[in-house]
Amino acid sequence: MSALAFRPTRWAVPGVFVALALTLAIGWLVVLIDGGQLFNQSTTVSLLHVAAGLGLVAVGQTLVILGGSLDLSVAYVVSLSTLLAAETMNGSDAALLPAIGLALTVSAAVGLFNGLLVTRLRINAFIATLGVGLLLKGYLDNGYDGPAGATSPTLVQTLGYQRIGPVPLSFLLLVAVAGVVWLALARTRFGHHLVAVGGDPEVARLSGVRNDRVLVTAHVLCSLCAGLAGIYLASRLGSGAPRVGSEGLYDLESIAAVVIGGTALAGGRGGVLGTVGGVLLLASIDAIFNQLEVDAFFKQVIRGVIIIAAVAVYARRALRKGAA
Amino acid sequence: MQTVQRSPLLPRLLRVRPGGLAPIIALLAVLLILVAVRQSDFFAPPSLMSFLGRSAPIILLAAGQYFVIVSGEFDLSVGALVTAQVVVAARLIDSEPARTWPVVVLLLGFGALVGLVNGVITTRLRVPSFITTLGMLLILLGAVYLWSDGAPKGGLSDEFRRFGRWAFEDVPVLGRVPYALIVLLAFAALAVLVARSDFGRTLIAVGDNPRTAELSGVRVWRHRSIAFVLSGVAAAVAAILIGGYSGVSFQAGAGLEFGAITAVVLGGVALGGGRGSVVGAMLGALTLELLFALMNFYGVSGALRSTVQGAIILLAVAVSAPRSSSR
Repeated sequence: MSALAFRPTRWAVPGVFVALALTLAIGWLVVLIDGGQLFNQSTTVSLLHVAAGLGLVAVGQTLVILGGSLDLSVAYVVSLSTLLAAETMNGSDAALLPAIGLALTVSAAVGLFNGLLVTRLRINAFIATLGVGLLLKGYLDNGYDGPAGATSPTLVQTLGYQRIGPVPLSFLLLVAVAGVVWLALARTRFGHHLVAVGGDPEVARLSGVRNDRVLVTAHVLCSLCAGLAGIYLASRLGSGAPRVGSEGLYDLESIAAVVIGGTALAGGRGGVLGTVGGVLLLASIDAIFNQLEVDAFFKQVIRGVIIIAAVAVYARRALRKGAA
Repeated sequence: MQTVQRSPLLPRLLRVRPGGLAPIIALLAVLLILVAVRQSDFFAPPSLMSFLGRSAPIILLAAGQYFVIVSGEFDLSVGALVTAQVVVAARLIDSEPARTWPVVVLLLGFGALVGLVNGVITTRLRVPSFITTLGMLLILLGAVYLWSDGAPKGGLSDEFRRFGRWAFEDVPVLGRVPYALIVLLAFAALAVLVARSDFGRTLIAVGDNPRTAELSGVRVWRHRSIAFVLSGVAAAVAAILIGGYSGVSFQAGAGLEFGAITAVVLGGVALGGGRGSVVGAMLGALTLELLFALMNFYGVSGALRSTVQGAIILLAVAVSAPRSSSR
């Protein structure tokens, strides 16, 4: 919140990639000593698959957080999108495009609703998106007991399982989406306005930025990304899953990935490159621990420590930069 | 950050004092009337007493959360802390009545310690409290699952469980008064005293503008850390009541953090700090519990509950929220 934090940043390589390289190096060594191999085909593929799902959500989350907002409803949007896609496809390829269109449209509508609550009704984003998440949770809990619908075989074969070498198609999708968002942030008026709104809404408004419009757009894009993640998960699972989003902790994990990537939770500082690094870091830790067959619960403890430590490091650096 | 804005006349007349109690009392009254229409015997002493007893934990959590939120921070770790406390208590007591009191003291100390760690990391290392307490949530849940190999072990003694489940019988007029209600009243009175003390008032100043508070000689980090400690202790007391009432499970505290934050916001406390009252926060929790009771009476299916809850929260906050709370 301090004024020191708001400094224009250049597109330097975020520190998270240093952490990622170190983690992979140490992880590779430890797994090797343990008698395993970290970078074999199957581990790499599953690492990139994990990164693709979380990454799509986190890239969208980056946009709203940069704008000084937040989206806690993404987990339920993910679940809803898997169901809409899988139920519309209903196991055939014929309805592939309408199904994807429907899932994305509904997701965008949820984002629009979030954005309007935050901007027009001036409800705090935490409460607004928590409330919308609860609305969706009730709908999902009421309508579904388990998996429903069936994903079209073509989608399963392509987005779900196809890969080029060790790189899954879904990860390339993440790279493409992240690239588009990066361009939007670095090169378009929307991107500059979004960072300005997140940095200081009052100054942005006085400079002629239409804060509300920018924030609503960010929320719509965030939900679209979550919807896309849902379509990807439907292609992996072969059906719609009403609890895949909340059980995967996509809401909190995506926020964690964003801040590990160096984006300030208060908004106005950061970028999508760091977020992809944060997602890869979380996925790598997962992969290393899986190789070492570490207890799943211990993994969670370590994950909590890493999230706090990473942000503490950023806070220190921001403080030093501010003082210099 | 703060700018004075002149508002049009009409909204200015309609607007209630930000942070005031009027909206939450109005909402509570509406819910009470709806309950009275549907289920008038709800207000008979026995059912009213047991309702208040059941609501005690969330009201305590809301009071603890109030101190953190009014100082400008968040505590997302209280739900996980409650779960951890209940599971730890069961394992340590292992159905031995003699261990009850030491474990109660230990739990209170553990709650305070977790709060202190949250507070110090947030204030000294400058990690946003959202992240600190989210990390703490993961750590606590992971650690407690790890420690008990995935299934709760041991058991709570009857001595321990009586706080959450026993009651004073044959009280004149009221009939059965749950211990939990007495605990609630005692801690609620304490919370009001703390909120009205110098510390409580300074805390509001800290939340309103930490920089000004700092320049006025307030040790902001110390005040905020103490607020986190209060929230941790509140979670410990809530855990003792919940463990007694509903027993040991990994789900004991699930979702309580969002419940407490919702209650606090319903009670007119501004997220971001600086405005609100602890009484409002506790009334907010009571309102939330009454809403759940009401949904029961009207036969709303369990699954649809969260939809109704979400809608009510959005409506209530949209109508009563101070107009400057958007970040």
